[in-house]
Amino acid sequence: MSETAIPVLRRTPVPDRREMILEVSSLTMRFGGLTAVNQVSFAAGRGEITALIGPNGAGKTTVFNCITGFYRPTSGAVRLHRRGELPVELHRLPGHRIARAGLARTFQNIRLFPGMTALENLLVAQHNRLMAATGWGIGAVLGISGYPRAEREAIESAKRWLAATRLTERADDPAGALPYGAQRRLEIARAMCVNAPDGPGLLCLDEPAAGLNPRESEELGKLLLEIRDSGTSILLIEHDMGVVMRISNRVVVMDHGRLIADGTPAEVRADAKVIAAYLGEGDEDS
Amino acid sequence: MKAPGDRAEDAALRAARPRGEPERFGDLQRERQARLLHAIRDAAVAAAMAFGLFVLMVGLRTDVGPSGELFLRTRWADVAILCGIVFAGRLLLNLWYASRAARAPARPGRLAAALGAAGQALGPALLAAALVLPFIPGIGRYELDLGILVLTYVMLGWGLNIVVGLAGLLDLGYVAFYAVGAYSYALLATSFGLSFWVCLPLAGMLAAFWGILLGFPVLRLRGDYLAIVTLAFGEIIRIVITNWVSLTGGPNGIGGIPRPTFFGLSFSLSGEPDTFAGFFGLEPSSQHRVIFLYYLILALSLLTNWVTLRLRRQPLGRAWEALREDEIACRALGINIRNTKLSAFAIGAMFGGFAGAFFATRQSFISPESFTFIESAIILSIVVLGGMGSQLGVAIAATIMIGGFELFRDLEEWRMLVFGAAMVLIMVWRPRGLVGTRTPSVALGKKRDIDADLVGEGRG
Repeated sequence: MSETAIPVLRRTPVPDRREMILEVSSLTMRFGGLTAVNQVSFAAGRGEITALIGPNGAGKTTVFNCITGFYRPTSGAVRLHRRGELPVELHRLPGHRIARAGLARTFQNIRLFPGMTALENLLVAQHNRLMAATGWGIGAVLGISGYPRAEREAIESAKRWLAATRLTERADDPAGALPYGAQRRLEIARAMCVNAPDGPGLLCLDEPAAGLNPRESEELGKLLLEIRDSGTSILLIEHDMGVVMRISNRVVVMDHGRLIADGTPAEVRADAKVIAAYLGEGDEDS
Repeated sequence: MKAPGDRAEDAALRAARPRGEPERFGDLQRERQARLLHAIRDAAVAAAMAFGLFVLMVGLRTDVGPSGELFLRTRWADVAILCGIVFAGRLLLNLWYASRAARAPARPGRLAAALGAAGQALGPALLAAALVLPFIPGIGRYELDLGILVLTYVMLGWGLNIVVGLAGLLDLGYVAFYAVGAYSYALLATSFGLSFWVCLPLAGMLAAFWGILLGFPVLRLRGDYLAIVTLAFGEIIRIVITNWVSLTGGPNGIGGIPRPTFFGLSFSLSGEPDTFAGFFGLEPSSQHRVIFLYYLILALSLLTNWVTLRLRRQPLGRAWEALREDEIACRALGINIRNTKLSAFAIGAMFGGFAGAFFATRQSFISPESFTFIESAIILSIVVLGGMGSQLGVAIAATIMIGGFELFRDLEEWRMLVFGAAMVLIMVWRPRGLVGTRTPSVALGKKRDIDADLVGEGRG
């Protein structure tokens, strides 16, 4: 995979330390009487890989769904910072605007369009740009808009991401017929096609290594590092500690809906509270 | 499972070496024994269950004796017979399943592949046949009228296919848009004297408007709920038309709707210079109008097909299909689900409106009776039978269904039975419709059809 170049514009070679791309502040989410997420604040740095970890039921996926607009937080704020612009308040945006703001996501249980080919999946991800080129659909039906050129460009973007995820051979196969690992990669490629050709500013991955064998996890780690180096910051939930510790710049740990640690992988690994949360403590039901 | 070839090999091995290495044969034997044993055990369990039920239901019975007192009668023999029947029936069923599972599964999609190959040629062939139909000798008024009817349903099927087949939104009230189109044309033409060609786009626009109006409340609904609301919408439109007597004439309908003209030339039989026949110096004939109507509906349905095919290869069409496959993923990719669904409703409704305007001008009389639920059901069956999303499948299904309806007219009331049975059989053999495969909208290499099993059906 290393010989295929990642096709995204290199924005800044070295990000200045702790420039935020995503800011989560005092995020609280209640479902009826249950407080799934309680006053959680953290930040994901630009040009970094931030991992969100924690035992099962810690509220990671809930935080994730609040960030990506699938839940509306009970209180608190989620802001996406962009260079030279005011931050976008993600928690106020309707679901489909969040991707347009530059935040793309994948799902824990893969959500591809199984009856569409891999290539079509990547083209659907570029819907908004393509739709703008069709002149409200009417121009393209009559064949009088710049749509063909836009589609060629979209296919080029798709091809580059297919190459980056080693799926070029399977471009015309239906997504549902791909092997599991390939589906995972295709979902990442699809997320990276959002806002193509620049790609999304922040890529949110929900357990990207789930169900992958060690070799595939290794490859995934490399792919994520390449994505980061190409200018897209990453926020991921992951259970595979090998992957997390190897690639993350920063690790945020949650337990029982609260933030218990936030630091570099080495710091987090040595944190007593984290160890207690993972191994279980006397008075807590683990 | 062993293939028949293996069995023959086993036999050959045994013949060659009667005393040597009977392992493989033994394996097979054991496997068969295990299967039989399992079948017997399962049948015994079923028989025991039957016994538990029948011992009280059949075995014991209170009867009134000759002197009026109740006494308990036992019927153990009956219970034994019933349990025996259950045991035997279950055993046979098990053995049948086992033998069916043992046989190699039939190659799936062979018929689909054949249809796909034939489909390449079938589409153009059907189109050519449709184009020359009025000039084939022996095609009279009746056949042309039937052709017009079939093409109307082809057009309606293609229109509904956008909503149901591509966007995956189950719409049971499609006839409402057909009615809106028909009444739009009828009212505009009779009240304001507008010509067919002015009214046609207006009817389409009005139907699309109603499509959006229906779309808004149902956006949040899925599956069954969506189906029920669209069904209700269809009924509401019909009931409003029936009861708003001052505007629509109620159950009496609207008569005297102007016939379409050929660029201002009417199709009257007078032979004047301002008639079609007079202008072109032809013998005045009532056939001209029928042929004209035939080509009109052919052109309208081809327009529907062309627009659909173009849209499918564009972001909007792809977004519809993506919506059918997975709505949540669409949202994560920044697709505006509301607008995408509304556009599907509006464009589908627009073609329904066009078809309605054509229906009104062809009949020159319309009443609410033409827009009952059964029409929606027929159009939906055409789409489902044809294969959701497949243009060719829908055309074939419309021809079979509407043509078949006419063909079996002699069967009278039995025809619905034949029809229902045919539908059941087709759904058993081809549950995803005649053409269930999906053709990708774009490909780097050669486009290969996608198996129906992978393609989503949409859940609203």
